[in-house]
Amino acid sequence: MARGIKDKVVILGAGCSKFGERWECEPADLMAEAFEECIADAGIEKNQIEAAWQATGIDQFSVGPGAMPLSMALRLPYIPVTRLENYCASGTEAFRAATYAVASGACDIALAMGFEKLKDTGYGGLPQRSRGVSNDMYYPNLSAPGMFAQLAAGYRAKYGTSKEDLKRAMAHVSVKSHANGLKNPKAHLQRAITEEQVLNAPMIAEPIGLYDCCGVSDGAACAIVTTPEMAKSLGKKDLISVKALQLCASNGEEGGFDNWDGSYVATTRIAAKRAYEEAGVTKPRKEISMTEVHDCFSVTEMVTMEDLFLSEDGGSVKDVLDGVYDADGEVPCQIDGGLKCFGHPIGASGLRMLYEMYLQLGGRAGDRQLSDPKLGLTHNLGGFPHQNVVSVAIIGQYGV
Amino acid sequence: MVGITAYGAYLPRLRLQKKVIADANGWFDSGLVGLGKGEKTMCNWDEDAITMATEAYADCMGRESGQAPAALFLASTSLPFADRQHSVIVAEALNLETADLRTMDVTSSQRAATSALLSALDIAAAGNGEAVVVAAEHRLTKCASREEMLFGDGAAAISVGTEGVVAELVTSFTQATDMIDHYRAEGEHFDYGWEERWVRDVGYMGILRRAVEGLLSKAGVDAADIKHFILPTDQGRVPAMVAKRLGIADTAIADNLLQSVGNTGAAQPLLLLAHRLEQAEPGDLILLTGFGQGCDTLLFRATKAINSKKPLMGVSGHMARGVAEENYNKYQSFNNLLDKELGKRADTDKTAFLSAMYRNRGLVNSFIGGKCSACDTVQMPKHNYCVNPECGAFKTQEDHPMSGVTGHVATWTADRLTFDFNPPAYFGLVKFDGGGRIMMDMTEVDPDTFDIGTEVSVHFRIKQIDSQRGFRKYFWKAVPAA
Repeated sequence: MARGIKDKVVILGAGCSKFGERWECEPADLMAEAFEECIADAGIEKNQIEAAWQATGIDQFSVGPGAMPLSMALRLPYIPVTRLENYCASGTEAFRAATYAVASGACDIALAMGFEKLKDTGYGGLPQRSRGVSNDMYYPNLSAPGMFAQLAAGYRAKYGTSKEDLKRAMAHVSVKSHANGLKNPKAHLQRAITEEQVLNAPMIAEPIGLYDCCGVSDGAACAIVTTPEMAKSLGKKDLISVKALQLCASNGEEGGFDNWDGSYVATTRIAAKRAYEEAGVTKPRKEISMTEVHDCFSVTEMVTMEDLFLSEDGGSVKDVLDGVYDADGEVPCQIDGGLKCFGHPIGASGLRMLYEMYLQLGGRAGDRQLSDPKLGLTHNLGGFPHQNVVSVAIIGQYGV
Repeated sequence: MVGITAYGAYLPRLRLQKKVIADANGWFDSGLVGLGKGEKTMCNWDEDAITMATEAYADCMGRESGQAPAALFLASTSLPFADRQHSVIVAEALNLETADLRTMDVTSSQRAATSALLSALDIAAAGNGEAVVVAAEHRLTKCASREEMLFGDGAAAISVGTEGVVAELVTSFTQATDMIDHYRAEGEHFDYGWEERWVRDVGYMGILRRAVEGLLSKAGVDAADIKHFILPTDQGRVPAMVAKRLGIADTAIADNLLQSVGNTGAAQPLLLLAHRLEQAEPGDLILLTGFGQGCDTLLFRATKAINSKKPLMGVSGHMARGVAEENYNKYQSFNNLLDKELGKRADTDKTAFLSAMYRNRGLVNSFIGGKCSACDTVQMPKHNYCVNPECGAFKTQEDHPMSGVTGHVATWTADRLTFDFNPPAYFGLVKFDGGGRIMMDMTEVDPDTFDIGTEVSVHFRIKQIDSQRGFRKYFWKAVPAA
């Protein structure tokens, strides 16, 4: 196997805007808000950035195509800027591109920016959009919650879990994320909810109710990456480095062949295995200190715990209800509130997760700071359970 | 000998209870209250003349792909396009052999189906092979109209040929007369009709009665020997009045099904014919009429083979599988009779990309998947590479029709966020018996009995309506086994 990315690139700085219904903000405002925090943290000048990548998931609803939105928003100094779109993994893709550019030696300092302006549609939920001229002819009449609700049906069928038990575990996932979001001043949703509220909420897509869905938000998040050597030469200490960066895209086998039962996400398992190998992690539940996973819907987070090999197959209902993934649990999940409460501006989400991990690893996460985390894992899942793109990243203290 | 070789029908499952129409509109027209008995068939939002015609053909001829009739005629006055041949859509949805297949839409009259049947009989008699006439009608009516009480939706199919005849053609007689009992102008949704008493006296008792007399005289048959007298009408007392005048026995009068189905317009003659054929005995004389700007009359005699050929479900079977609908607003919504707030999610652009539709018509129109010639793996849709990870062969996919294959639900949801004319939108992963699977829409779902493992069959339905450009897209949906 190739040597991998471990410890070749460090995060020099990171920034994140307040997420939420930012009615007053243009995308450029959100980008500037995240970027000013990031560059101040990095301690460099704008003209030291040699290349940049911009992640947006749904350009039609924000800024149009191409990379000018980022270059112009920040008045970047005529450097190479590229737009990336890879479903909900877009933000992590921008980070991957910047990291690889630095690792290759093509440049010393690179910027990854993700953002999305979703709240200009006039209705709740994600914008309606085409899946492609031919796909639209036969894809079902779906919404995002509808697609991820399929996981619940597949999971019930495989493990014989009752609707009620599954729904309670899903409710626990959301209650936990709301409790975490309460401590995050940048989170879209900052209020506690009860299990009863979740269970009694209006149904969106059986069995996903309103409180099983993440927030649809405006926001931007970014990171500046460099080599460990450059970071040290800039006077940085206690470096946070990239340990693994993996991506896996479906090839249609899950949906089209008879070896997938709908109870898990095959690509997450593949990406996770590769990431653990790249990072040298052999016992994920013991070694991973915390996770930020793609909790677009509560059931997705629950299933993801198994797909990341943190819970045994069929064991996540019990683990979730036992509090394994709560803030004071064995492997806290969504300590910043997750997509559920921090919000989900699609292109920004991967970078928002990395931002939180970076703060936690540096001991700078305020009221929600975990005690001495060593490795943080982030996970994005874009598309549908049966055909999707998944990214898994692991970051930790450099050289440890 | 030329005659009927097979017959079938389709009725939408939904049955609007007429009481709810009377409850809603009786305040305005008390005359409607008396009609508020029984029920009538109503199309689901995703059914129309095309989808019902496809089902009726299958009920008559089976779902095996590759059937090669000489002709497929579609009769209807409620076809969704003014310029696009609907019988071709039906032929592709049925995956018929389309090389050297004659297709034709016959329309603009309540006797469109009987006229089409006469032409089909001529084709068969000329030795060209079997010809199938499908008649389907999705009838729009004005709120609080008599028609709203009396019209129903449905379809029927009659196959004619020279082999395996179950009812031979004795003779036929047609009278063409421009008597306008009602009309519908181009671009209009609703009929404009004249007084019922005039239609009864001058139309049915006059033009139709004389046409029947012409037929009987031509055939040399005594009216008293008729065993099945089919007079499609929405005037309940007319068939008995005409029969009495002609000397046809009361027992021969075909029930117009006005309390259970409703008058299905141009489809009504074939629907009632299919219904009576279910009950006919060898030797029975069957007199079929089709009234509209004159009158078609056809006389058939059931053969000894009459009991040997039955439809899959037939009129009786379809009548027995109704689901009562008591929501008048839903009826109006499904028929697009209301200026209804559909929500912003319904606003999205629904352009049909016609060149891409043509490329994909194997999948979209005919539900054809691929079967790998190297490993036998079935996949939906067809693809350049085999989906079996152990195989992965290139260009080995052979056409594999899946429209007649049953399957089971592997995953599903009921989605209330996405726009649907009949929320929640059901969809999920269907695993087909014999291999292959696809994530697809579902319709006619009973939430009380539906879950993982439910058996489904697939049916050609409306997928999306582009009201901005007057287009509608069709695809296949899974329907739970009744």
